[in-house]
Amino acid sequence: MRGIRLESWRKNPLVFWIVAIPPTVWLLVFFIIPLTLIWIFSFGEKRGIVDIAITWTFDNYARALDPLYLQIFLKSFWFAGLTTLVCLAAGFPLAIAITFSSQRWKGILLLLVILPFWTNLLIRTYALIAVLRTRGFMNFTVEWLWEKANVLLVFVGLGEYHLLGQQYQPFELLYNNFAVVFGLVYVHLPFMVLPLYAALDRMDRSYLEASLDLGAGQARTFVSVMVPLALPGIISGVIITFIPALGSFLTPDLLGGTDSQMIANVIERQFKSANDWPFGAALSFILMYITFFALAVRALTSRGKSAMEAA
Amino acid sequence: MKRIMKPGVSRRGFLAGMGAVAAGVSFIPRQGFSAEEKKLNFYNWDTYIGETTLADFEKASGIEVKMDLFADNDELFAKLKEGNPGYDLIVPTNDYVERMIVANMLVPIDHSKIPNISNIDPVFRDAAFDPGRKFSLPYMWGTIGIGYRKSKVKSVPDSWKWLYDSDQYSGRIALLADGGAVIQMGLKYMGYPLNSTDPALIKKVEVMLIKQKPHIKVFAEDNGQDLLASGEVDLTMEWNGDILQVMDEDEDIAYVVPKEGGLLWQDCLCIPKGAPHPNNAHALINFILDADAGAEIADFIQYATPNKAAKAKLPPEYRDNPAIFPPDEVTRKSEASIYKGEDYQRLIDETWTRIQAA
Repeated sequence: MRGIRLESWRKNPLVFWIVAIPPTVWLLVFFIIPLTLIWIFSFGEKRGIVDIAITWTFDNYARALDPLYLQIFLKSFWFAGLTTLVCLAAGFPLAIAITFSSQRWKGILLLLVILPFWTNLLIRTYALIAVLRTRGFMNFTVEWLWEKANVLLVFVGLGEYHLLGQQYQPFELLYNNFAVVFGLVYVHLPFMVLPLYAALDRMDRSYLEASLDLGAGQARTFVSVMVPLALPGIISGVIITFIPALGSFLTPDLLGGTDSQMIANVIERQFKSANDWPFGAALSFILMYITFFALAVRALTSRGKSAMEAA
Repeated sequence: MKRIMKPGVSRRGFLAGMGAVAAGVSFIPRQGFSAEEKKLNFYNWDTYIGETTLADFEKASGIEVKMDLFADNDELFAKLKEGNPGYDLIVPTNDYVERMIVANMLVPIDHSKIPNISNIDPVFRDAAFDPGRKFSLPYMWGTIGIGYRKSKVKSVPDSWKWLYDSDQYSGRIALLADGGAVIQMGLKYMGYPLNSTDPALIKKVEVMLIKQKPHIKVFAEDNGQDLLASGEVDLTMEWNGDILQVMDEDEDIAYVVPKEGGLLWQDCLCIPKGAPHPNNAHALINFILDADAGAEIADFIQYATPNKAAKAKLPPEYRDNPAIFPPDEVTRKSEASIYKGEDYQRLIDETWTRIQAA
């Protein structure tokens, strides 16, 4: 197939250029050039309010290695890692459920997974605030249950002991680190479910049947057959969940408490209130290098795998 | 490429060298000064103009105004620092006016084209941040203070102490997420000048804030008034105008500028360098400083106007509202923030990062 397509490209160079030029220009103008600029800024020095001298200094990178910033990097890794883990734990059963549902339900369930993407992230985050805040829907629901439980206690004659406390104490669900991870999981779950679903849907079901027929239990089949077959999907899901979660700034800004600052919040401030573009650029590029590293690992593992399959 | 990147090239020069990139910044073609088309691009804060002001101006002058909105001074500054994308009139706050003057980003205002300057209260006709008002004319002014829920406080929280140095209202406090303002109010509370740049004093504020952090619920991203209105917090550090909005809807909310004094701010009308329609911008400034137009704006947005003639036209509920015009003794103790240089900016950002990371 591939050979034939290449052949036809060669015969029709005009078609090739018409198809290839727009994405190339797009990539160059909106990705490579801006990114190169930021990369160059990261070797610059501030000279006054608007001027930056490109002196190829490494000072900005050295400053980023200060324990203060390393600590924030670590915290961001922790948040993003926890988010990815929760997404994986919640996303895998969901992906399995979608894979094994009927054709009609499959479409509906997939639509439900994708649907939140049609709403702006900011709106979704504000909706989450309305759910989680002290006088929010979550606390209203629990308070209602609390009242009903109290009525029940009075009914069975235990009313005077106040077993559930004198008064309903609302949960502090917002403005802390829990809220940040909760928000990140909510936003990034589709990134995990979709690649998992793609991998599981491609899987040959007869392997599962064979495993079950040959005496392996459900758990054993899951661990030894399904997970290895879904591994490429798991790796893709983990990477495309972890990377954007690592660079989040809106979620910690709006849902976080006084100690929920992530590295992207620091970067945002460098481009705004601190007005220190070179340092902001250096911090961004450190994140970028980490991303490239993750993608390289991914490429290496998949190459190893296809080599194994070929052998 | 290599050739341009030699040391010492400023970012502007560097950008100019890269035509392809400069094209992405979308410069609007500049018209000659004399033959100006009847258009004007106004870059303003959200809900910060009278309901009919711009339509009235168009009726009076035939100039069509297109208004874009910015959320904070940093956004305004970041948008203009690489070159003006086509705005004629902007509304920066005093310390940013100063920053933009230093960075040579503003055009002088021709006072002879603005006869309505005579409507401005004499107090505001000169300013420390812009001597002689060469580059800016006052639009609105106000304070940063404490918004609070009356039924949840023991007494009027008329000191920064309740936010900065007390566990009385633990877990029910919000501060602004603006590190500069938070640190400056801390300096005020400790009895130092708001514009202190001494790292030792700023360190003292840092230590106090880190100690106070367990009692602070959130650093609010300019939504302190919503947190107060929804009962999430009972005391919040906020801009007076934001609290006024929720005071309208909730009788139980009030605003006070602490007795130590707070921050006085002034939003100004300025014309950025490269404005395509500077004559029209002068015309709109003059229109805004008119008594009737100024009264219409102030009445609608409920901020303190420096326009004396406009203020005289408004009812006593506006003129005597202590949340709009704080008592004189408090105003006297309050200070305006001045631009203190880029090193200070870095000191504040690092301090703020440390406070949040602690």
